[in-house]
Amino acid sequence: MISNSSHPVTTQAALTAEDVNVYYGSNLAVRNVFLEIPKNRVVAFIGPSGCGKSTILRCFNRMNDLIPGARVEGKITFKGQNLYAKGIDPVETRRYIGMVFQKPNPFPKTIYENIAFGARINGYQGNMDELVERSLRGAALWDEVKDKLKGSGLALSGGQQQRLCIARAIAVEPEVILMDEPCSALDPISTLRVEELIHELKQQYTIVIVTHNMQQASRVSDLTAFYNAEATETGNKIGYLVEYDQTQTIFHNPTEKATQEYVSGRFG
Amino acid sequence: MTTEFPSTPTSDLWKPNRQRSQRVELIVKLIFGAFAFVSIVTTLGIIETLIFETFKFFQEVSLWQFLTDDKWTPLFKSAKFGIFVLISATVMTSTIAILVALPLGLLSAICLSEYATPKVRGILKPALEILAGVPTVVYGYFALLFVTPLLQKFVPGLQGFNALSAGMVLGIMITPLVASLSEDAIYSVPRSLRDGAYALGATKRETITSVVLPAALSGIVSSLILAISRAIGETMIVTLAAGQNPRLGLNPLVPVMTMTAFIVQVSLGDTPAGSLAYKTIYAVGMTLFTITLALNVFSFWFVRRFREKYE
Repeated sequence: MISNSSHPVTTQAALTAEDVNVYYGSNLAVRNVFLEIPKNRVVAFIGPSGCGKSTILRCFNRMNDLIPGARVEGKITFKGQNLYAKGIDPVETRRYIGMVFQKPNPFPKTIYENIAFGARINGYQGNMDELVERSLRGAALWDEVKDKLKGSGLALSGGQQQRLCIARAIAVEPEVILMDEPCSALDPISTLRVEELIHELKQQYTIVIVTHNMQQASRVSDLTAFYNAEATETGNKIGYLVEYDQTQTIFHNPTEKATQEYVSGRFG
Repeated sequence: MTTEFPSTPTSDLWKPNRQRSQRVELIVKLIFGAFAFVSIVTTLGIIETLIFETFKFFQEVSLWQFLTDDKWTPLFKSAKFGIFVLISATVMTSTIAILVALPLGLLSAICLSEYATPKVRGILKPALEILAGVPTVVYGYFALLFVTPLLQKFVPGLQGFNALSAGMVLGIMITPLVASLSEDAIYSVPRSLRDGAYALGATKRETITSVVLPAALSGIVSSLILAISRAIGETMIVTLAAGQNPRLGLNPLVPVMTMTAFIVQVSLGDTPAGSLAYKTIYAVGMTLFTITLALNVFSFWFVRRFREKYE
C-alpha cells in the first residue's frame, strides 16, 4: 500500500476530501482519497484512464448523484460544511462549485441566454446585461461575440464554445471551478487560449482541472495530484491517489516510483 | 473484368470467383431496388387515381361551389358540395384529439424518460404500447357506448353521436404515438446538456423545462404533427361515434360528419361507379390527402429549420 504524501498547507483550503471512497453499484471505483485544495490555486489531477480522477472531481459538486448507483463515502468539506452531510442540497452546492466539461456543451440557446440561464435559475436580481458582459469578458470571449449575442451558442467554434461554457460557469459567481479535461476536444491554439484563461481565473477562483496532457498540467497548475489504478481479482479497477504535491515536485522530483514513471511517459 | 497483380509464390492457392460475386452483387442490388421501387409506384398510383377522378369531379362541380357552399348534400336531388362542412367536423374532432393527446402524451413522455424508475417504466411503457395496439373499431364502440353516456351525465345537451367523445377517444388513440415519438426526442437530448444545466445549480424541473424540452422541440413538434395527421385520417372512431350528419359549425355536442365518415358512407352504399356521388369521394380523398401532405411538409420544414445538431 502506498501512502499519500501530505502537502504542507500554506493558504486556506477551499475544498478538502477526507477518506473519500466512491462506489458504482457494488464496485469500489476510487478508495481512500485524502486531499486538500487550497484557495486561488490551480490543482491538476493526472493519471491513466480509469484511475478515478474524474470521479473524484465529480464528488466535489455532487455530480455523481446524477449517476444511478453511484455512492460516495467519506467527507468533503467546503466552507466548513460537509457536502455529503444530511440536509445539504446538491443543487445549492453546484451554484458555488461550477463545472466545465470535456466536450463543450453550450445550450441550444442564444449566447446571451447561455449566460443568463444560470443567473436566472439562481434568482439573480442585478442587471443581466452587465452580468452577461462581465462573464464573457471574464472568459476572454466578449470581443469575439459582442455583436452576435442573439446568435446561437452552437454556431461558435469549438474553442469559443468552451470559453462560452467557462463564461456560463463564472456567471453564477462560484468559488471553485471544476474542469474535466476541458481542452481534450480542442485544437492546440484554442487549448492555449483556455490555458491562458485558467491563469487569469486563478486570481478569483479556485480551479481543479483533470487532464490527460502532462504538459498542460505542468503549464497551468500549482499543485498536481497523481492517481493510479490497480486491478482487483475480478478485473475491476480501483483508483487511488498516489501522490499530491507542488507541480514542480511531482514532475521533477516525485517521491513515488509510479509517479516518476508516469510523468516521464513510461506508462499510462 | 479482373485486375492482374504480379503473382506471388502462393498465387495458385487463391482463386476467387470475382466474376460471379460481381454478378451476384448486381442481382442483389436490382432485387432490393425493385422492392424499394414498389412503395414509390404505389404512392404515385394513388396520387394519379386521386388527381384523375378529382379532375373529373371538378368538371361537373366548380371549385368555387366546392369551397363556398354551406351544405354538403351530394346524394340529394339538390346536391350541394360545401367541403368545409366536412372539414369543420374533421378539424373539430382532430383539435379535441390533440388537446387530449398533447398533455397526456408529452407528460407521459417526460415521465418515462426523466422521472420513471426502471420498474415504473417497465409498467408504463407496455401499457402505452397496448393502447397503441387496440383496434380502432374497439375505440369507436368505447366512445359510443361508454364515453358518450358517461359524458352525458356532466355535459347537458350532449347527443348520442357527437364530436366531443369521438375527439376525446381519438386523442387517447394517438396519445401513444405522441408519447413514444416525444420520448425518443427527449431521450436523444445528449446527457452533456443536462449535466451542463445541473452543474449551474439547476433543479431537475428547471433542467427539463429550460434545456431538455427546448432542445427536443423539433422532435416533439414533428410527433405532434404526425399525430394530427393520424387523427385527421382516422375513420372508424369518428364514423361510429361522431355521427353521419353533415353540419357546418364547431359545436362539439351534436352529430357531425367528418371527411373520412363521408367516404365510408358512400363506399358502403350502392353508389354506381362513375356517378357524381362516386367522384365526390375522390374529391374528399384528395382534400384529405392535401391536408395531411401539407402537414407533413410543414413538419419536415420545421424539423430541418429547428433541429439542433449534436455530435
